[in-house]
Amino acid sequence: MTNKMFATVAELAGCVHNGSKLAVPKDLSGVAMQATRELVRRGVRDLHLVCVPTGGIQADILIGSDAVRTLETSAISLGEFGSGPRFAEAIRAGTLMMRDATCPAVYAALQAGEKGIPFIALRGLIGSDVMKHRSDWKVIDNPFAANDPIAVVPAIQPDVCMFHAPLADRSGNVFVGRQRELITMAHASRETLVTVEAITNANLIDDDARAGAVLPAIYVSHIAVAKRGAQPLALGNLYPDDEATLARYAMLSRTSDGFRQFLEEWLSQDLVEA
Amino acid sequence: MSGFSRTELLVAVIARLLRGCNHVAVGASSPIPGSGALLARSLSEGQMRVSVLGSQRNNFFTNGGVELFDLAAEGRIDAFFLGGGQIDGRGNINLVGTGGYPRSEVRWPGSFGSAYMYFLVPRVILFREEHTRRVMVPQVDFVSAPGSSEGVHRPGGPFAMLTALALFYFDRERRRFRLASVHPGHSVEEVRDNTGFEFDCAAIVPETPGPDETILTRIRGPIREEIAEVYPRFAAKLAAPRDPSQPAAPPVV
Repeated sequence: MTNKMFATVAELAGCVHNGSKLAVPKDLSGVAMQATRELVRRGVRDLHLVCVPTGGIQADILIGSDAVRTLETSAISLGEFGSGPRFAEAIRAGTLMMRDATCPAVYAALQAGEKGIPFIALRGLIGSDVMKHRSDWKVIDNPFAANDPIAVVPAIQPDVCMFHAPLADRSGNVFVGRQRELITMAHASRETLVTVEAITNANLIDDDARAGAVLPAIYVSHIAVAKRGAQPLALGNLYPDDEATLARYAMLSRTSDGFRQFLEEWLSQDLVEA
Repeated sequence: MSGFSRTELLVAVIARLLRGCNHVAVGASSPIPGSGALLARSLSEGQMRVSVLGSQRNNFFTNGGVELFDLAAEGRIDAFFLGGGQIDGRGNINLVGTGGYPRSEVRWPGSFGSAYMYFLVPRVILFREEHTRRVMVPQVDFVSAPGSSEGVHRPGGPFAMLTALALFYFDRERRRFRLASVHPGHSVEEVRDNTGFEFDCAAIVPETPGPDETILTRIRGPIREEIAEVYPRFAAKLAAPRDPSQPAAPPVV
């Protein structure tokens, strides 16, 4: 590493330690799949995985690889390709500490995290079994009005978050486009690891048209270039899902042998794909 | 059923249920609700906004994933869709699983935003094509979101439930479903046989009206093209616009 900010994908993945509370975005927001492959290759363990607010193939692979001890998510789904088979199996086996959530509670908890406040209130939740099984969520009386019970959830401050984005500049600013949940996630996290499609010589903050959709470098710990780094998932308008690979994963991962076969194939792929 | 498929019927019914809404939001994995919402918008002559999650063209959100939920809490979403692996007669929905918790024998993806949206959106339409006793149960195994609440801020809740067999309305006073109509080719007895809970039912239940030619033309033309952006495989299965020189395609049921 000549520059502390810029790293290889493997070096970047090396900053996710065993036992870390790791936040990752939903499938459409830019999932760092190449970096996830490095995590699996290294055999990371005991993660507290926070899916913002849901997870897909990335979470299912991490669970199948025994990398996850605690899972906090509103859902695990492969979208059109069905539910997460390794997730369902881990639930049956009881090997996961499951913290079922609901999407807005994950976002709100991260917003509390970015503000440095201990908890945040939000509507809904009361009377659901989601709430009943979250001993860390409480109901309080609205201190400003009578007869208004309201749910409060503790802030989430991940040790590290990791995502994939289209572009960064040489100063370490990262363009995230419409995916503003990535900015919230990074604000709340102590470290932020980003893989990108490319690095531009222009300064992204100097460009008024883009600056509002940029995560400033102060939040960013490391950046690595990973061409098509979200594949087999899509990245915005840049590339679509690799449907064949996703379908193959959905089929193979129904059994643990099939999952291992997928993993072997996936881990043997070159870092940079065509 | 003649001249239209079940999917086309459901899309048309959804569009009717959305009449008068200013803003309809559609969540993930919802091709039929998405098509119904786009149809409702096209019939509203510019009065309705529709936000389709996962779409670039039909999604104006610029504040990230939280915007949908903030809009709901501010009362800026009039209608939304939820489903459920299990639904019971009090409108409780289960998106988590069956056979114990947390070690569920059958585990589904999870509650998504239901534990919030169900409380806040006035017109929640429960959409679940499978209408069997394994879905329509006496009591859900896990309450992802309750059908009703007491003493809690709750402007929202169930409005209707649409399945492959029938349309129900939810009576919030009585906390029960009322059978509104049965789809062509099905009967009240069939609905009863496949429902694991009691519901209200008039002596005579009308048949769900199907889409007329104007509506069908829109579904098979512009709506199909629009929904293809998010659900290409679903759109490919929707019947193509009919060439009048060709015989009508048999209904896909």
